[in-house]
Amino acid sequence: MAGAGNAEPLSPRAKLAVTAGKAAAAVSRAAGRGSGSVIGGKVALRLDPDLLARLARHLDVVLVSATNGKTTTTRLIAEALRASGQVVSNALGANMPAGITSALAGGSEARFGVIEVDEKYLAGVARDTTPKAIALLNLSRDQLDRAAETRMLAEKWREGLSGTKAVVIANCDDPLIVWAASSSPNVVWVAAGQEWKDDAWSCPSCGGVLQRPGEDWMCGECGFRRPIPSWALNGDFVLDPHGSAWPIHLQLPGRANKANATTSAAVAAHFGVPPQVALERMYQVQAVAGRYDVISFQGREMRLLLAKNPAGWLETFSLIDPPPTPVILSVNARGADGTDTSWLWDVDYTRLAGHPICVIGDRRLDLAVRLEVAGLDFRVCETVDEAVQLCPPGRIETIANYTAFQDLRRRVGN
Amino acid sequence: MSDSSLRLVWVYPDLLSTYGDQGNALVVERRARQRGLDVARVDVRSDQPLPTSGDIYLIGGGEDRPQRLAAERLRRDGGLSRAVSNGAIVFSVCAGYQILGHEFINDLGEREPGLGLLDVVSTRGEGERCVGDVLADIDSRLGLPPLTGFENHQGITHLGPTARPFAKVRFGNGNGTGDGFEGAYNDTVFGTYMHGPVLARNPLIADLLLKLALDVNALPPVDDRWYEALREERISAATQPA
Ligand SMILES: [Zn+2]
Repeated sequence: MAGAGNAEPLSPRAKLAVTAGKAAAAVSRAAGRGSGSVIGGKVALRLDPDLLARLARHLDVVLVSATNGKTTTTRLIAEALRASGQVVSNALGANMPAGITSALAGGSEARFGVIEVDEKYLAGVARDTTPKAIALLNLSRDQLDRAAETRMLAEKWREGLSGTKAVVIANCDDPLIVWAASSSPNVVWVAAGQEWKDDAWSCPSCGGVLQRPGEDWMCGECGFRRPIPSWALNGDFVLDPHGSAWPIHLQLPGRANKANATTSAAVAAHFGVPPQVALERMYQVQAVAGRYDVISFQGREMRLLLAKNPAGWLETFSLIDPPPTPVILSVNARGADGTDTSWLWDVDYTRLAGHPICVIGDRRLDLAVRLEVAGLDFRVCETVDEAVQLCPPGRIETIANYTAFQDLRRRVGN
Repeated sequence: MSDSSLRLVWVYPDLLSTYGDQGNALVVERRARQRGLDVARVDVRSDQPLPTSGDIYLIGGGEDRPQRLAAERLRRDGGLSRAVSNGAIVFSVCAGYQILGHEFINDLGEREPGLGLLDVVSTRGEGERCVGDVLADIDSRLGLPPLTGFENHQGITHLGPTARPFAKVRFGNGNGTGDGFEGAYNDTVFGTYMHGPVLARNPLIADLLLKLALDVNALPPVDDRWYEALREERISAATQPA
């Protein structure tokens, strides 16, 4: 049975690979090169290319993928499943095969493997790890100068997941997700909502224009349409398939996290954890890899929010405190962010009207022009320290993209 | 919309709005309003008829399949060609630029007819995608400062005898034909491979579109402080090796 940890021992070669990987990770950590999980995984995978499959064989594996919210949802699912067994997870967000291998190598006693997977690697990791469940949250434009086109990604998922033995737990409000998931024989649909709609006006199946009356959506040309959900987010409640409503209490802010909790409750239920128990456990999650953390810095309370793409910024604007709470925006365009800043023009910054705004980051001038065209008042600052000095004591909402967020965490000591 | 307002048409945002292309519409709209003009902006989805009475039409970039769908629907609709023959101004980028030409290569690898509003033909390059900051000198007839932009395309666009090159690159690829040309224009129809979006980095191109639409030689000045700062930074980035 799956609950008793390792039912069969790892082969000597796999054991050696795990040990070598751990040693490499320790060296990497000692050399001050980050958490070491990725380099450890790379060494281990080179020694034994089947290692990921072998490590996963002993686990009930859950995969989580999306453009936004996958790290948080992975964390929520892990908390929920701990109600029924030990969990190993790539909680720090190392979500490509090497990082995943490294994370699983550390959990030989676990029953569950809850794994965040980078969108581009989902099909391959699903093949290697034979998951019991796959949670798919949303797909939207992200780092366009280097990532595959969004619809192509959905198409790759669709091919990779057709015939999967996993139950696919998927957001029925995102047409691209529905297209990707509906090749799978066993899908549980979750009405998790979709605030950003600008990547899904065109039918993924036939290219027709999608009609979107209210919450519903359908293609007028080919009949592709929103499936009927068995789980739903409804305000502050999760509706389960029996029609019972369970209250969501999270320390994490925002609608998007309520949606993540709803999907997580559906995943947990598949493994026998009731919604009430799952949701209570999710309350424990306070911050995820520094995101949502509130840091005292120079007499202010800075809340750190990560937003990497237009859909992420939109969800973030809906959770910040109202004016006159000041907002600091920081944008970089380094390799990990994508070197193209055009996405700034897809974000509706007029939503920040009324907030005092400071902009920082490598690409603060792109932000400045963007805000000027939006007709907003703002200040351009060289550093976060300078920006903080312009804000009165109290809460500051700080929104940054990927490497800008890392810069911020380093500076404010989180 | 009243008769006195400037009619700004954003063409097919459901298909052609991949690289922040809405920014071009936002910049033109903002700069028109700053001059006290009344602006009526119409966003036309690809299942709606395109109005033929617009003053300025903006067309964005898109992925390969949406590009083909947009070309099919624009050909069927016919409104853009009628608008141009009425004297409308058209500014297009990337996939939109290719659609305005005689033909391009679609997502199925076939030759797809365009609208023929620009005397250009586009093919697909064999090499790596052209990605990165670009600096180019705009055709001197247009009286504009250098073009700064960001390109990301596989396409190659050849100019026919009646099209004028919009600019000549100093850094970057542009049309990808090896002669250094970037973009093209025929009278009041413009095309470029720059997104970024390009008008945010080149506000005087937005002003040129406004001047052509209003048939005036000059516009009241506006505060271009942040545009100037961004231009200076990006021009210096384009001229430095990555
Ligand atoms: Zn359809």
